[in-house]
Amino acid sequence: MRDAFFRTLTELGIADPRIMFLTADLGFKLFDAFAEACPDRFLNLGVAEANMVSVAAGLALTGKRPFTYSITPFATIRCLEQIRNDVCNMELPVIVTSVGAGFAYGVNGGTHHGIDDVAAMRAMPGMTVVSPCDPRETVQAMQALLELGRPSYLRLGRAREPILANTDQPFELGVPSILQEGEGVALLACGSVVGEALEAAATLERESLVKPLVLSVHTLAPITGLAAILEQRHVRFAITVEEHIARGGLFEATCSTLMAAGSAIRVKGLHAPDRFIHTCHSQNAMRKKLGLDAAGIAAATLTTTCGGL
Amino acid sequence: MDLVHASIRIRRHIVTMSSVGRTPHIGSALSCADIMTALYFGHARLDPARPDWPDRDRIILSKGHAAATLYACLAERGFIALDMLQQYAKDGSPLAEHPSYGTIPGVECTTGSLGHGLGLATGMALGVRMNQSSARVFAVLSDGECNEGSTWEAAMWAPAQDLSNLTAIVDFNGQQATGDSRRITKLEPLADKWRAFGWQVIEVDGHDLTALCEALERPRTSAPRAIIAKTIKGKGVSFMEDDIEWHYRPPDEQDLRRALAEIGEASA
Repeated sequence: MRDAFFRTLTELGIADPRIMFLTADLGFKLFDAFAEACPDRFLNLGVAEANMVSVAAGLALTGKRPFTYSITPFATIRCLEQIRNDVCNMELPVIVTSVGAGFAYGVNGGTHHGIDDVAAMRAMPGMTVVSPCDPRETVQAMQALLELGRPSYLRLGRAREPILANTDQPFELGVPSILQEGEGVALLACGSVVGEALEAAATLERESLVKPLVLSVHTLAPITGLAAILEQRHVRFAITVEEHIARGGLFEATCSTLMAAGSAIRVKGLHAPDRFIHTCHSQNAMRKKLGLDAAGIAAATLTTTCGGL
Repeated sequence: MDLVHASIRIRRHIVTMSSVGRTPHIGSALSCADIMTALYFGHARLDPARPDWPDRDRIILSKGHAAATLYACLAERGFIALDMLQQYAKDGSPLAEHPSYGTIPGVECTTGSLGHGLGLATGMALGVRMNQSSARVFAVLSDGECNEGSTWEAAMWAPAQDLSNLTAIVDFNGQQATGDSRRITKLEPLADKWRAFGWQVIEVDGHDLTALCEALERPRTSAPRAIIAKTIKGKGVSFMEDDIEWHYRPPDEQDLRRALAEIGEASA
């Protein structure tokens, strides 16, 4: 996702002189192509995230379209009040971009885990929050957010995430993408862990009678059309999968969206625990430990659909 | 308008608005009245008929709690009607106790939480320079605001961009919300701090309109400029001067009469 982001940033930047890239001293070598193609529009603010966001807002007030960039907690929560007052309050077209969603920086420890950023960004009035699942969705999200021209959060994974099946379909902000058709039960995921959900769905289809619908809920605020998508497919159980704590993340967003729509669909959440994890784990090891890998998702799906919630 | 007369009119508005609106921060508003007068009625290139004019100078009141001063300046300069000041801090009014972007012409950005204005101004200064505009950007900061780390993030970055179209003016009245700003943090030597961060520093009496204008007009280097304006909180009303009580207390009718009598009439 990160590589797709920088490749697309450079392409879009060459075409649109309003686009600017602001980093808080991260992205070594990754931003070189953009900086070379658009030298005046590349800014390194130093390790100073608060100022990065305020400067981005100031630039937006003069007609620019800035992306801000850092590792997830630093890009979001470190400078939360600047995002709140300088970007959201003034409804400016700044795209807050973070790298390292969930446990992408797993071995780096809890300071680097992006497990509460969605909650913080969803709490910002008027903020559009997007967590793409693969490089293809990342590119689509960038184009859509630039067109939107409003306060936005783009939550990237890291590098080398695979391109997932069916992410080449049209992308609409707010509306979950259907990556695999199914019925009765749905796997709702965001970020690169969508890949685990797809793999779990394949296992379930192969080894049991369950054929889950798989959605990439790429937009976590606002969410539109979710209840209709699920009800058209007679979904009774929705299982959310996210590398984020339950509070404020996909689980709560799904619950509130479905409840507001008057839906009776029951929701089971698979997510990070409500605490920091202090031991060292790679992203894959963390997923396995927390039951967020394909095997864990498949097992939880069977338990849920066979035994209720 | 003559600057002295303008500053009198601004002060009369401030005390009246604070009294009618029952709002705090009158001391802070009076403290920066001359700084704002020097900008709005002296130095800044503005066109009230074209508040979105791309080449206008931008004035950012980073110390947003002094909004009464900003509104009074905007009204006296013709950005908004004078009678609109009567709506200050009233229910449903666009004139809140801190300025909000998009509510009335001339408010360049939302402020009220301290430590945001200099970063915003830095981004604007860079943006207008990229747009090849001759516009200049002025951020008016409080000394208490120099407690904020984000102020110094911006202070360290702006000189690295050679933003010679950027001016920070610190309203250095020596008081912040709960006490002496020189004691709560090691604020002094404040001018040396800005100098060390790479700014072209000018120290000035923040109530001397001629000196303020001279400082604003002085030839520039490639560095951004910091004007450290020594001021008195509550300046112009003897019983409010240097009394932190007036960070909180709105003047009652008797206070208002006394204050207006001390400030005097602009036509005098």
